[in-house]
Amino acid sequence: MEISTKKVISTLGIPRLIIITFMIVLCIMAIFLKLPLNDLLSDTLVRTGMNGVLVLAMVPGILSGIGLNFGLPLGIVCGLVGGLVSIEMDLTGYTAFLVAILVSIPISAIVGALYGYLLNRVKGSEMMVATYVGFSAVSLMCIGWLLMPFKAEEVKWPIGDGLRTTIALTGRYDKVLDHTLSFDIFGVTIPTGLLLFFFLSCFLMALFLKTKTGMAMKAAGDNPRFAIASGINVDKQRIVGTMISTILGAVGIIVYAQSFGFFQLYQAPLMMGFAAVAAILIGGASARRANIIHVILGTFLFQGLLTISLPVANKIITEGNLSEVLRIIVQNGIILYALTKVSSGGD
Amino acid sequence: MEAEKIVFEENKSESMGSNIKKILFDNSVTFIFIILCLGGIYLSKQPVPFIVNELIQRITRNSFLVLSLIIPVLAGMGLNFGIVLGAMAGQIALIAITHFKIGGIAGFVLAALLTIPLALLFGYFTAKLLNKTKGQEMIAGMILGFFANGLYQLLFLFLVGTIIPMDNPTLVLSSGVGIKNTLDLSGPEGTKYALDAIAKIPFIKSTIVFSLAGAGYYIYKFIQSKKDERLMMQRNGFIIRGFLFTVLLIVSFYVSTIKSLVNNITVPLVTILIIGLICVFNVFILKTKAGQDFRSVGQDMNIAKISGIPVDKIRIRAILISTVLAGWGQLIFLQNIGTLNTYGSHEQVGTFAIAALLIGGASVTKATIGQAIIGTALFHTLFLVSPQAGKNLFGNAQIGEYFRVFVAYGVIGVSLGLHAWKQLFDKKNKK
Repeated sequence: MEISTKKVISTLGIPRLIIITFMIVLCIMAIFLKLPLNDLLSDTLVRTGMNGVLVLAMVPGILSGIGLNFGLPLGIVCGLVGGLVSIEMDLTGYTAFLVAILVSIPISAIVGALYGYLLNRVKGSEMMVATYVGFSAVSLMCIGWLLMPFKAEEVKWPIGDGLRTTIALTGRYDKVLDHTLSFDIFGVTIPTGLLLFFFLSCFLMALFLKTKTGMAMKAAGDNPRFAIASGINVDKQRIVGTMISTILGAVGIIVYAQSFGFFQLYQAPLMMGFAAVAAILIGGASARRANIIHVILGTFLFQGLLTISLPVANKIITEGNLSEVLRIIVQNGIILYALTKVSSGGD
Repeated sequence: MEAEKIVFEENKSESMGSNIKKILFDNSVTFIFIILCLGGIYLSKQPVPFIVNELIQRITRNSFLVLSLIIPVLAGMGLNFGIVLGAMAGQIALIAITHFKIGGIAGFVLAALLTIPLALLFGYFTAKLLNKTKGQEMIAGMILGFFANGLYQLLFLFLVGTIIPMDNPTLVLSSGVGIKNTLDLSGPEGTKYALDAIAKIPFIKSTIVFSLAGAGYYIYKFIQSKKDERLMMQRNGFIIRGFLFTVLLIVSFYVSTIKSLVNNITVPLVTILIIGLICVFNVFILKTKAGQDFRSVGQDMNIAKISGIPVDKIRIRAILISTVLAGWGQLIFLQNIGTLNTYGSHEQVGTFAIAALLIGGASVTKATIGQAIIGTALFHTLFLVSPQAGKNLFGNAQIGEYFRVFVAYGVIGVSLGLHAWKQLFDKKNKK
C-alpha cells in the first residue's frame, strides 16, 4: 500500500497533488454552499474542450526542443484572420467553421515556418524571444485590425474605421461543436462534438508522433547531438515542431471562439499563451517532456479549478473577482515552478 | 621619413572612417529611433515648447526607473524584469503614508525609507529565484512580475479590510474591503510634486550653464590629452562631445534671446539632482571592489567562481540594489503623476523601462548611464508624438497608439533576438 501511494505521488508530482486536493476541497465547498455542481461540471467540460486544442499546441513545441511556446499568440492571430474570412464569405454552420480552419492553416503554416526559422537563430533564449515575438505580433496586428479591408457588417464598426473589438458569432457558428450530439446525464450536459473534436486532435497528434517525421522531431528535441549523429536535421525538425504548434494555435482559437461565441481582437490574445503553458504544466509536463495525457489532465484540472473557484469565491467574498486573482497566482506560480526545473534538469 | 608620415596619416584617416562606421553600426537602434522621433515630431505638428515641456517632465519622471536596471545588466543577469516588484514595494509604502495622512516632502521621505525594507525583502526572493533559473533570468523575472501582481492584488483587494484592519473611507472601497482603484495624491495630505515643487529653475538658463560646464570640461580634457598618453585614445570622443555641448550652448543661447514659450519652461531641480546622484552612485560603485565583482560575475560566471567570488551572493546583491532603486524610482514617478492607479501603475514599469534602455543603445550585457538617459528621452518622445502623428498620417490616432505599444514590445523582442543570435554565433566560433 505504501509503495503504491509513493508511486502515485511520484507519477503525479507534488504540484498536481496540491491542485487536485485543492479542487476536491473546492467541490466539497461548492456542495456545502449549495451551488449546482452539475452545472459547474458541465461548464468544466465545455471549457476543457474549448481550451484543449490551444494546450495541445504546446506539445510539438516542447517535443521538438523549442520549449514552452510562449509565442502562441502568433498562431492565435492567424486563426482569427481565418475566422474573419469565413464570416466575410457569409458562411454559416459547419461550413463556416471548417472554412475558417482551412483558411487559417496555410497562413499559420507560413507564419509558423518563419517563426521556427527565427527560433533556430536564438537557441537557448527561445522562451524570452518567443514571448516578445508574440507580444509584438499582437500589437502589430492591432494596427492590422484597424486597416484590414473587411466589408461584412458584423466585423466592421458601424461608424469609423477598423474592426470591432468583439465579433459575435450568433447565427454563424456559435457553439456548433458544443451542440453536436450533446446529451444530458445526471444533469450534466456533455458537449460531445466539442470533446470529440478535442480527442480527435489529440489522437491525430499521437498518431503523428508515431510517424517517421514525428519520431525524428522527438529525437531532435530530446537530444540534439545524438539526433545530428543519427543523420537528423535538427533545425528542420524544430521548424516542423514550431509550425505544427502555430497551426494548432490557429485551430485552437477557432474552436475556442465557437464555444465562447465571440472572436476577440486587438489586445485579447496577448496573454492567452500563458494560460495554455500553465495548463500543460499543471498536467505534468515540463519544458522538455510532454505527452497527450498531460494535455488532457492539465486542461481539465486548470479549467476545472477556474470554473469551480469562481462561484465558490463569489459566495465567500462578494466583492471583487477573487477567482481572477487566484488564476493569476496559480497560472504564473506553476510556470515559475517549471522554470526553476529548466536549468537544473536541462542541459 | 616623409613617406612614413603619409602612411601613418592614411592609416589614421582610415581608422577614423571605420570608427565612424563602427559608431553608426553599434548604435544603429538609437539612430533609427532618432530618425523615427524627428519624423514623428514633424508629422505630429505639435508646438515645440509643448513637446519640450512634456519631455522634461517625462525624463525626470522616468529616468530613475531606467537607471535602476543598469547594475543587474553589468552583473550578467540581463534586463531585470523584476523591477516590477520594486515598484510594488514603492506603492505599498506610498499607500501606507497616504493612510497615515503624512503628506509633502516628509511623507515622501518616509515612503522612501519604508520602501527600503520592503524592496529588500522582495528583491531577496527575486534574486533567490533568479539564482535557481540561471540562463533564463529574464523570462523568470517577467513571470515573477505577473505572479507578484497576483499576490499584490490579493493583498489590496481582499486582505485589506478583512484580515488587515483599515478604516479609512478615502482609501478603502465603500464595502469596507479592498483599496480603491485610484488614489488621489494631491492636496496638503498627499505627496503630489513633493519633490518636484521644492525648487524649480528656468530650463533654458540651466541648459546654458550645463552646456557651458560640459563644453568646458571636454575642452579641458582635450588639452590634457595632448600631454597624457593614456587619454590619447579617447581624443575623438572628447572632440565630438565637446562639439555637441558647444552646439547645445549656442542653440540654447539663441533661444534665450528670442521670444519663445520655451523660456517659460522650468525644471524640477531637486528631482534632477537626485537622478544625478544615482548616476554618480552607479559610476562610483563600479570603481569599488563590489563593482569589480559585479563585472567579473557578468563576464563569466564560471571563471568568477573559480577565482573565489561568491557568485550567487553577488547576484543577490545586484538584484537588491536594483529593486530598492526601482522602488524609489516608482515613488518619483508617482509624485509627478499625482494619482496612484493602485492596480495598474506598476504593471508596465518593467516593459517600458527596459524598452527605453534598449532604445538608448544598451544590450542584454552592456548598459551605461548615457544610454539610459538618451533612451528615456527617445522613447518618451515617441510616446508623446505618435498618437498625433498617426492621426495626421492615417487619419486615426489609434494607429499611433498601437504603434508605440508595438515599438515597446518590438524593440525588446528584436534586441533579445539579436543578442541570442550573437551568443550562438560566438559559441560556434569558439568551437
